[in-house]
Amino acid sequence: MCGIAGVIHRDGPADLGAELTRMLQSMKHRGPDSTGYALYGPSDDLVVIRFVLAEPLKAAGLGMAERLEKNRAEIESRLNKIGADVATMTSETGYAFRATVRYSGELKPLADYLEDVPGCEVLSLGNALEIVKDLGDAETVAEQYRLPGFVGTHGMGHVRMATESDVDLASAHPYWAYPFADVAVVHNGQLTNYHQWRRRLERSGHRFQSECDSEIIAVYLAEKMAGGDSLETAMKQSLDDLDGVFTYLCVTGNELGVAKDEMAAKPLVLFESDELVAVASEEIAIRALTGTDVETRDPYEREVLVWQV
Amino acid sequence: MAGLSSSRSGVNYDARGLAEPDAVAPEIAEIDGTTAHFDATDLSTRLINLELKRLVNVEGMEEVTIRNPGSKHSIGVGILRRCRINVEGSPGWFAFGLIDGPEVHISGRVGWSCAENMMAGSVIIEGGAGSLTGAALRGGDLVVKGDVGARTGIDQKGGTIIVMGNVGINTGFMMQRGRQIICGNAGDHLGDSMYDGTIYVAGRIASLGVDCVPGAWTDADAEFVNRKFKIHGLGDPPEFQKFICGKQLHNYDSLEPSERKLVM
Repeated sequence: MCGIAGVIHRDGPADLGAELTRMLQSMKHRGPDSTGYALYGPSDDLVVIRFVLAEPLKAAGLGMAERLEKNRAEIESRLNKIGADVATMTSETGYAFRATVRYSGELKPLADYLEDVPGCEVLSLGNALEIVKDLGDAETVAEQYRLPGFVGTHGMGHVRMATESDVDLASAHPYWAYPFADVAVVHNGQLTNYHQWRRRLERSGHRFQSECDSEIIAVYLAEKMAGGDSLETAMKQSLDDLDGVFTYLCVTGNELGVAKDEMAAKPLVLFESDELVAVASEEIAIRALTGTDVETRDPYEREVLVWQV
Repeated sequence: MAGLSSSRSGVNYDARGLAEPDAVAPEIAEIDGTTAHFDATDLSTRLINLELKRLVNVEGMEEVTIRNPGSKHSIGVGILRRCRINVEGSPGWFAFGLIDGPEVHISGRVGWSCAENMMAGSVIIEGGAGSLTGAALRGGDLVVKGDVGARTGIDQKGGTIIVMGNVGINTGFMMQRGRQIICGNAGDHLGDSMYDGTIYVAGRIASLGVDCVPGAWTDADAEFVNRKFKIHGLGDPPEFQKFICGKQLHNYDSLEPSERKLVM
């Protein structure tokens, strides 16, 4: 089933971590298996890298602590070798890391070089985007990664009910649009022409972290935008190019967009005011954010909406 | 709230049947004669419904007001007595499904599948509604004063759905009986694969579905629409187009299954 939620503040930064946690926790019934966030903090000159070195359920085995530390040191060494000056590197879990680096080169070689380290998966790269995801409900993940207090202008999240793939981090949303900075997607639905698009994008040189159809949307949109399309144009084109039933959200460094397929088969409700735009699979998540009964509406089939910070 | 499994956020979950195995009605309503009201802010869906059913079925209340439903799901499902229920706020999904008799008034909006399988009574919604509104409706009146999502009245088997605003794609999909009165615009595939029933639309129609065709407007149609608008205080009805089943898609005859066996 899965649940998605997104927020964009038009009047300046807010406690995104706490807000999205409330929204996602209220939709736990739509997906208790894993929870993920794409948060946009203040953009600066540093590149933020979120990466993992092991699946959560495999991180505590015999000798794993030593192996994780060895691989973390290898990541740090590779960052230095490729010319990325490491400013900070922290971890709340021992297997998921946040690094900030001074780096002005291409992101793709950086991501590829890091992912060559055993077990490494780059969750996000960019000047503002930070993807955090793990197993469990929103409150569990938020507490684990100390997300309340994360201040930013916009973000989105996903609660997952595993149906066609495993309960693991690789299958958890959001998906970063490798190798494009600051673009991420969450999705509720199924794409029926997944393999066709995956082959096409792989031929263009893109790699995929997962077998999940949702990752296609992120890379598809980012490639369109890299070719000069606006987010809105790319999302509208996706309605013709992607088959299936879906509602998805896409965030960039300064935008939040939503798209519904032509059957309007997957839910989405929208609240919009001068200060705030909030979208979610269910009204209960909007109420969890605003704390009051507010007027919401369901976007219709083939509707694409984009808001800017 | 004895027996509750409460999360840190104060929201209680019954997904996968983990919460409230021994819940009982909280008995928090204030009762005045045959009317009662209670605040649902801190109650789970199950406790709201236990309290509502206690008031209606045990205490014999004629009018119950639920305040602050907080978009929780499945509120008021399965109420089978004649009474009046007011909801001050917005319920979530599946509100007042499978009801048989109550008059429900909702001041806010509702999520998906409101009044699904309603057998008798009325549900009046001052705001909008999500998709699948009135799915498999069997009887009674469902009135939405705002816009409605997709698949309104899918598999409708009776009763009347009135929407003062717009409706989305596949409205009246596979409807079998009953009537829909749409005052705004309708999305693609209106009345797709309908077996029977009547759909009135005042606004633009994006496209008709398979086997949905224009019907001839009669005095009986005018009388029906006027009567429904008068009953629910909706003002003067606009001018409608009428759509019915072309009866080319499915296998139609006038025989009941038992009669068909005899013929065969």
